[in-house]
Amino acid sequence: MIAYIIRRLIATIPVMLLVAVIVFLLVHLAPGDPASVIAGDNATSDQIAAIRATLGLDRPLWEQFAIWIWRVLQGDLGQSLFWNRGVAELILQRAEPTISLAITTLIFAVTIAIGLGVLAAWKAGSGIDRSVMGLAVAGFSLPVFVVGYLLVYLFAIELRWLPVQGYRPIAEGFWPWLERLILPSIALGLAYLALIARITRTTMLEILAEDYIRTAQAKGVATRPMLFKHALKNAAVPIVTVVGIGVALLISGVVITETVFNIPGVGRLVVDAITRRDYPIIQGVMLVFSAIYVLVNLAVDLSYTLFDPRVRY
Amino acid sequence: MDATAPILEVQDLRTHFFTQDGVTRAVDGVSFALEPGETLGIVGESGCGKSVTALSILRLLPPKLSRIVGGKVIFEGTDLVPLDEPAMREIRGNRIAMIFQEPMTSLNPVLTIGEQIAEAVRIHQGASQKDALARAVEMLKLVRIPDAERRVGDYPHQFSGGMRQRVMIAMALSCNPKLLLADEPTTALDVTVQKQILRLMLELKERIGSAVILITHDLGVIAETAKRVVVMYAGRVVEQAEVTALFDAPLHPYTRGLMASIPRLKHNRARRLAEIPGIVPDLRTPIPGCAFAPRCPLATDRCREAAPPLEDQGSGHFAACWEAGRA
Repeated sequence: MIAYIIRRLIATIPVMLLVAVIVFLLVHLAPGDPASVIAGDNATSDQIAAIRATLGLDRPLWEQFAIWIWRVLQGDLGQSLFWNRGVAELILQRAEPTISLAITTLIFAVTIAIGLGVLAAWKAGSGIDRSVMGLAVAGFSLPVFVVGYLLVYLFAIELRWLPVQGYRPIAEGFWPWLERLILPSIALGLAYLALIARITRTTMLEILAEDYIRTAQAKGVATRPMLFKHALKNAAVPIVTVVGIGVALLISGVVITETVFNIPGVGRLVVDAITRRDYPIIQGVMLVFSAIYVLVNLAVDLSYTLFDPRVRY
Repeated sequence: MDATAPILEVQDLRTHFFTQDGVTRAVDGVSFALEPGETLGIVGESGCGKSVTALSILRLLPPKLSRIVGGKVIFEGTDLVPLDEPAMREIRGNRIAMIFQEPMTSLNPVLTIGEQIAEAVRIHQGASQKDALARAVEMLKLVRIPDAERRVGDYPHQFSGGMRQRVMIAMALSCNPKLLLADEPTTALDVTVQKQILRLMLELKERIGSAVILITHDLGVIAETAKRVVVMYAGRVVEQAEVTALFDAPLHPYTRGLMASIPRLKHNRARRLAEIPGIVPDLRTPIPGCAFAPRCPLATDRCREAAPPLEDQGSGHFAACWEAGRA
């Protein structure tokens, strides 16, 4: 098991390196010059050149990359071009809202999706099944910002049940923290929920036709334990896999959700950085997001051993 | 209830499947009875309705596709057909248990075998988890699984096919059922293991005092184990008799055909094995006469027009054949 984890971590090195190259090239090949943005509208070309030199932007691309990657390997994500602070520090400052949003979304989406998926599979072909699957298609088709504004209009502006936007740290109390995360979590989690509900239904349908389900019924097992103990545990591996893959949806959605709901998280940090061409922040955040995705999927692979005794690493 | 009253009486059972291509009459008027502690064999080829009969008794068929459209299943004096699901769950695994054909797929791969045995004990006897597990160990010992205390925590994939069928038997008998339905319990096993499993099942059945319905396509298994035999063809009972009577003098042409198709050591090797010409009829179209008529060497016009009833041909030997007297 330990040897497997180490092997898997080593295997992520080339992946992360490739990600680093792509992130770097994406940012540096995009049109626009941060030096002229910093210098302002009335700057002379000499001033801009001076700023380019101090930022190292006048050096060849490969050299810039080498310097950056060398520092990253030492844990230094660089300095923001605008804020006089380190990128790592800025990301950490903004981490709490983003992590909060990710956790509430994950809990909301996964529990409801599995419940709906199991229900749809058990009642396959019925009206319940069709409405759940219709909801899943809708949830997957509607963009985060559309759902977000609809929710805000309905629950915050019309019904006045929940705040329109913003974020409160959990240190200021659980409910003030949670009430501002409910709408963003639904907006962000809907597509994720739809994805998980679909895979749960499909997998459960297959498993409910297995011989051992009939054995359980022949033993007198009631419907609920039959579904959740005998069937769902067998469906866990595909479901957890999709939960892991779907984290990509959350990561891309978080950027939009934080903008819609005005949450000062890492997503907003990167959006602001893009408009200012703050290269180090963009690179740093993308790298961190990629690393999280890789690690989440490693955790998913390891979790298989919890659900299926036949899996051994 | 007196001792001679049947524990199970199946009367004119009809189970039909409703598919897009029409109605399949998988079981079409099956009747038989079973005394307490008796072993009854049901034989017939694949698709003759023997498994569907067993699954109908426990009402384990998919409700969306199939329905018991007629008949009664009287178990210990109660008709099971009209019972609701909670009442059926009280019976399943408790007073009537079932063993299936495929030991490799009939056990849940993600639950320990101890849990799978203990579950039935918990459900039906209200035992604590600890007592139920102790019972599971006891049952594993009874089916002669070595090192039962340790193996109770193992998963199905750690057992061979024969061992898994022992686990299935342990599970089925854990609540001392009055009736055990064994659906081809040895078909999927190695020949060397088949006999052991069969012997074990019958030995434990004696000890517990259960009646057994043994479903098989193997006449050899029936000859060794059952007291009485029901022969099924195309969803109907064609012959029913004591084992010895059936093997000495089969009355129905289908039964005779089945017996002629068994290879025998005594026979001349040059002789071809007999076979029954033709194929099993399509159960989606109603059969007005005898279902076996198209394949029967003795068939007359009468056979094709009217279905022969299952009638006593003398000393409790029943056959559904107009020509049963003719050799």
